[in-house]
Amino acid sequence: MRILPLADAGLLVELDDLESVHALYAALSRSRLPGVTNLVPAARTLLLQLDPRHADPAELERVVRGTSPVPGGVPEKELVRVPVVYDGADLGEVAELTGLTEREVISEHTGTDWTVAFGGFAPGFGYLAGGPPELEVPRRSESRTRVPRGAVGLAGRFSGIYPRSSPGGWRLIGRTELEIWRTDRQPPALLRPGVRVRFEEAR
Amino acid sequence: MNDLRVLATGPLATVQDLGRTGVGDIGVGVSGAADRGSLRLANRLVGNREEAAGVEITLGGLALRARRDLTVAVTGAGCPITVGGRGAAVNAVLRVPAGSELTTGTPARGSRAYLAVRGGVDVEPVLGSRSTDTLSGLGPDPLRTGDLLPVGTPPEDFPAVDVAPISEPPAGDLVLTVVPGPRADWFTDDALSTLLGGTYRVTPRSDRVGMRLDGPLLERSRAEELPSEGMVSGALQVPPSGEPTLFLADHPVTGGYPVIAVVRSADVDRAAQARPGQHLRFRRAR
Repeated sequence: MRILPLADAGLLVELDDLESVHALYAALSRSRLPGVTNLVPAARTLLLQLDPRHADPAELERVVRGTSPVPGGVPEKELVRVPVVYDGADLGEVAELTGLTEREVISEHTGTDWTVAFGGFAPGFGYLAGGPPELEVPRRSESRTRVPRGAVGLAGRFSGIYPRSSPGGWRLIGRTELEIWRTDRQPPALLRPGVRVRFEEAR
Repeated sequence: MNDLRVLATGPLATVQDLGRTGVGDIGVGVSGAADRGSLRLANRLVGNREEAAGVEITLGGLALRARRDLTVAVTGAGCPITVGGRGAAVNAVLRVPAGSELTTGTPARGSRAYLAVRGGVDVEPVLGSRSTDTLSGLGPDPLRTGDLLPVGTPPEDFPAVDVAPISEPPAGDLVLTVVPGPRADWFTDDALSTLLGGTYRVTPRSDRVGMRLDGPLLERSRAEELPSEGMVSGALQVPPSGEPTLFLADHPVTGGYPVIAVVRSADVDRAAQARPGQHLRFRRAR
């Protein structure tokens, strides 16, 4: 573990892999950390954003180093089931790129549980990892100016669901009616880091 | 209830408080006032809690009409102010009688002024904050001519002073204190001294998300892609062009370009007052 300061505004904890990030994130989420305003997990780092007026970075660094990670990440191991109509504009292209048939793309996508690795692209968006390696495809060479809310896509080794309409470069394979993001609901985001996701074909 | 009528907005006027916390893990940035110290001061002047919502006025041009007697203060950029057609002071407690207009002209120095109104701007909070996040679209829309703004219940406390002795934001070069890292080691040995020795101009491509800076290029020593990681206000992120961006309140929650150094938070407020064309220099923290 390496802890890198971001002036008085943050501590960036560098870890070996995503599992270690989730384990520390899960442990720190349960702790009372004075002056910490946000925890931001990412692929290999966990950022503690600080309120410089109330945080003591040296003391927080000591707390982080003394925290026992919670193996397995989020305690409840929540499962979110996402019904998807697989009629995305790029489904045929994904089949070509992967050497699978469209049916096989669908069964691969629905056949494995994915895990929310981290967020960051937009409020409520989760980078879903842990899917079958066969579905790894590059992003589109050109982004679409508008991807509708609920679009389900693939990029790199991730899958994702657009929480609201926005520009985007992921390859779209389907759409869901499930509202993964609502600011007037508790919790506003269904896809929090560590949550498991199962895609199910809807007809 | 709807106590302020927006008559004009200038280039951009938004409702801001001290932002959203505790939701960074679901991709929600802090947002809030770009110059937090000035919003706090404006709130203290009118007896509000420091975290009450006010209006962030970008390069002046905001005009409002009070629909009942209100107590306000304007801080931050040095805007010429009028109340009921008469000149009034910044950093001072002002009474705006029902029916009269408050105007903020183009500031001679600084770029963002903060209007606090006793009772706070009482628009509906989203995820615990009334701030407009211009990047994610969360919170109220930017103000438009004709909007009505509700003002909340006045606090128990009364303003303690009439005026705060604060100097205006400077017009010349700004010197900002930085702490190197977290990714200074992704750059050549010369890059950090280039940053600390150079002068950077604030370009017009600057907004609440960040300020694009024009100056000596910062060269990377590592070509591979940095896995996206969490960002903070004040981070100097360096895209492949080599020209740094100084992140402000609405910065993306995570970013995939390395951060060579971070501006200390007290100086982020000062940076947020820089105007396009103004020059920045960076000094290493002791």
